[in-house]
Amino acid sequence: MSDTLNGKGLALVPKTDAKQTLKDFKSDQEVRWCPGCGDYAILAAVQSFLPELGLRRENIVFVSGIGCSSRFPYYLDTYGFHSIHGRAPAIATGLASSRPDLSVWVITGDGDALSIGGNHLIHALRRNVNLNILLFNNRIYGLTKGQYSPTSEIGKITKSTPMGSLDKPFNPISLALGAEASFVARTIDSDRKHLQSVLREATAHRGTSLVEIYQNCNIFNDNAFEQLKDPEIRDDITLRLEHGQPIASASKAVVRAANGGLDVVPLAEAGDRVLVHDAHNPDPSVAFALSRLDEPAFEHVPIGIFRQVERPAYDTLMAEQLEEAVAQKGPGDLSDLLMGGDTWRIG
Amino acid sequence: MTKQVQQLDRVVIRFAGDSGDGMQLTGDRFTAGTAEFGNDLSTLPNFPAEIRAPAGTLPGVSSFQLHFADHDILTPGDSPNVLVAMNPAALKANLGDLPKGADIIANTDEFTKRNLQKVGYDANPLEDDSLREWRVHAVPLTSLTVTALEGFDLSKKDAERSKNMFALGLLSWLYHRPTEHTISFLEQKFAKKPEIAKANIAAFQAGWNYGETTESFSVSYEVKPAQLAPGVYRNISGNQALAYGLIAASVQSKLPLFLGSYPITPASDILHELSRHKRFGIRTFQAEDEIAGVGAALGAAFGGALGVTTTSGPGVALKAETIGLAVMTELPLILVDVQRAGPSTGMPTKTEQTDLLMAMFGRNGESPVPIVAPSTPSDCFDAAIEAARIAVKYRTPVYLLSDGYLANGSEPWRLPEVSDLPDISTEFAVKTDEEFQPYVRDPETLSRPWAIPGTAGLEHRIGGIEKANGSGNISYDPNNHDLMVRLRQSKIDGIDVPALEVDDPEGDARVLVLGWGSTYGPIAAAVRRIRKSGGKVAQAHLRHLNPLPANTGEVLKSYDKVLLPEINLGQLALLLRAKFLVDIISYNRVRGLPFKAEELAGVIQDVIDSE
Ligand code: SF4
Repeated sequence: MSDTLNGKGLALVPKTDAKQTLKDFKSDQEVRWCPGCGDYAILAAVQSFLPELGLRRENIVFVSGIGCSSRFPYYLDTYGFHSIHGRAPAIATGLASSRPDLSVWVITGDGDALSIGGNHLIHALRRNVNLNILLFNNRIYGLTKGQYSPTSEIGKITKSTPMGSLDKPFNPISLALGAEASFVARTIDSDRKHLQSVLREATAHRGTSLVEIYQNCNIFNDNAFEQLKDPEIRDDITLRLEHGQPIASASKAVVRAANGGLDVVPLAEAGDRVLVHDAHNPDPSVAFALSRLDEPAFEHVPIGIFRQVERPAYDTLMAEQLEEAVAQKGPGDLSDLLMGGDTWRIG
Repeated sequence: MTKQVQQLDRVVIRFAGDSGDGMQLTGDRFTAGTAEFGNDLSTLPNFPAEIRAPAGTLPGVSSFQLHFADHDILTPGDSPNVLVAMNPAALKANLGDLPKGADIIANTDEFTKRNLQKVGYDANPLEDDSLREWRVHAVPLTSLTVTALEGFDLSKKDAERSKNMFALGLLSWLYHRPTEHTISFLEQKFAKKPEIAKANIAAFQAGWNYGETTESFSVSYEVKPAQLAPGVYRNISGNQALAYGLIAASVQSKLPLFLGSYPITPASDILHELSRHKRFGIRTFQAEDEIAGVGAALGAAFGGALGVTTTSGPGVALKAETIGLAVMTELPLILVDVQRAGPSTGMPTKTEQTDLLMAMFGRNGESPVPIVAPSTPSDCFDAAIEAARIAVKYRTPVYLLSDGYLANGSEPWRLPEVSDLPDISTEFAVKTDEEFQPYVRDPETLSRPWAIPGTAGLEHRIGGIEKANGSGNISYDPNNHDLMVRLRQSKIDGIDVPALEVDDPEGDARVLVLGWGSTYGPIAAAVRRIRKSGGKVAQAHLRHLNPLPANTGEVLKSYDKVLLPEINLGQLALLLRAKFLVDIISYNRVRGLPFKAEELAGVIQDVIDSE
């Protein structure tokens, strides 16, 4: 079986025998998000998930950019690097590609990852360095106090758009699939069990995993994901993606459309046409079609792992080239290097 | 016919042609032969930024100048004694630099009506009288080459391509250069195309024989080997020396090298060179942009690598924010800026010293960064090790300010003994009984511990937000910020840099000529001229621009006049005036070209005369 699909994501990271608990990963820093912010739930979910990995704490690094979510590393008692706006994937790429013995996480938000840092994100995804990228999507700028973000819906009234925003939002999942990311998933802050199940797969994946986490900003964009939390409707609109399972909510199902795309139809009408999810399909086009199902928004929202495929990790390939160079010509020798050109002797 | 042989002490040759004519290769090969022969030498390639500008036009002209001598020399020469002009454009573009009486070897085959018109010649200058003040050798280089290659299974076009090797052969005859080297080079270069290799060798030999037999050249010249310091030498360009210096820094610091870089002229050769030396455990990462290049290097530095990014001015502008982050997180990082003519895209292949103030101040906040500037192509090697030493010891980003002239120019380099290179290794932090404090400072250097992930018990968080000194916790305390601003400045101010040395043989000069970076060669050559003619002038050259050597102010104040030539509008002069209240006399030209020794000698003489 492949490295990607059999849990080798952290194979090179040293493990500990010591028993770890959530407490081991709590730093002594006071958490400073607004009360009620979705970030608290994500932090708690990550802190209680990390012991499960059994890694040596000192081999875990959280790297973040700028924004509310990017405060995350301060609250974890691991190594952490709170960097600058949008650049976390670049910094993490340098770290992870030179230190395969580390479990490197990138914490970013919709503004950080998709606006100012969009270029780094897509290139990290195409390179497939061994990183776990958690993209907290709250569809707003929080830290700068409430401007619309690259995932805000068109027409969003904010401080910077009193007459409504004009630009079409990015769909982070579509974007990641377009960059041919090898692992793409979506989860939600309020569902700890699901969030942790996605993290489990993301950490097992060797390469870059992109996990979009719908996160509520109760100050500037409250209830942005309310439909997915409302007990009245959530089971109808949530399409759970599980590899090998039919894609359906309580009342709807995904089927192939006549035009070659996908359709959502009432479950009762779907019969045996219900699409079975294949997250391991090398061709990303079905996953892409799934990512488009919630356009315009929140009528039916796929949640789970869209894509999880085998592709060599950049850091592995880089290390292999170094090994190959040594195997071919032996380790470098500085004297030989300097003397290596056309030399001549005087005296 | 036996030909006359004349002895010369030095010669400056310029090969000029269309950018497709292979002038850089020709110059390179002539240089290799000259190095092998044992002359001292210095080279100056000059090429358009366009890969192939329209053929036969002035913007498409590419040239390579070589100065070689029987004594040690400092510059690629002010003006050529010989111009090889492969077409009318090459003649027109370079004639202005050619002193009267110099030799012109012109490829008559290319002086067609059409080619002449392209560059605005109404009549053929080889045929009218306009070049009477030079010695013109009209040689049909192209057709001679084609004739020489008649026996080969080559198209006419392919045969014509070897005309640069014919020219090389002719010049090699003219200056008694050894030939074996060029022949074996061509065999290797075209190992997969033996027919092309043979043709090029045949063209090269035909050029040599042509010199030997034709009456157009009645004299050949000899330049005896130079008496350089004993040792093993190789010819090296600044970019290559810089790359080797970084490898040496990695070996001498025992830190794996990580280069994050985005291609940019004239720095890309360093990326190319380093990517070839993976055996040294070097990771080269071609990033998606300049920002990612420096970001990845900083990330690797956090992980315990010797992080390096290489770029030129426009790239530095993009990296500024990340450099600020490196200042704040106090991590070692090497920033190589191979300066080029700006602002904006400017003239990518032309040289300038205009990034000094950007390196000093081009970041938000009080953000001091040390600066080291190499003075010659081979000095790029030592300067790279010095930059790494400072970065590692003081846990700081360090600028290495090279420029296009150093990057592409070359000179013989006396190879150092590896055992003589400094040990610049450092220790990572380890767990002790005390609680770990990421911003506790070494009392001598003021640097903080380098605690790399994977070290148990030192888990900590760093970042761009202001830190409390010691604990490294986020702090908005006004007094702490003031303290940290001053500590970061004091750390850089306290870097141990060697004293500024003054060259003043008799010790009684009243005028000091000061320089920094690549102006070393032209300034030193100008100083020699002044002294030869009996003038008195002292010379000093700054290699460390931040911090400045401790005795800088004292040196400046001990002369009546201080002259500072810079290829900018007075950037170092501004700093020195502000810091030492010394009335510096600036000399500034920003033409994308190095200074000429003669030009500077005139300026120095004027300052002496005004005493
Ligand atoms: S502004 Fe919004 S995202 Fe930021 S901490 Fe407050 S609630 Fe959370």
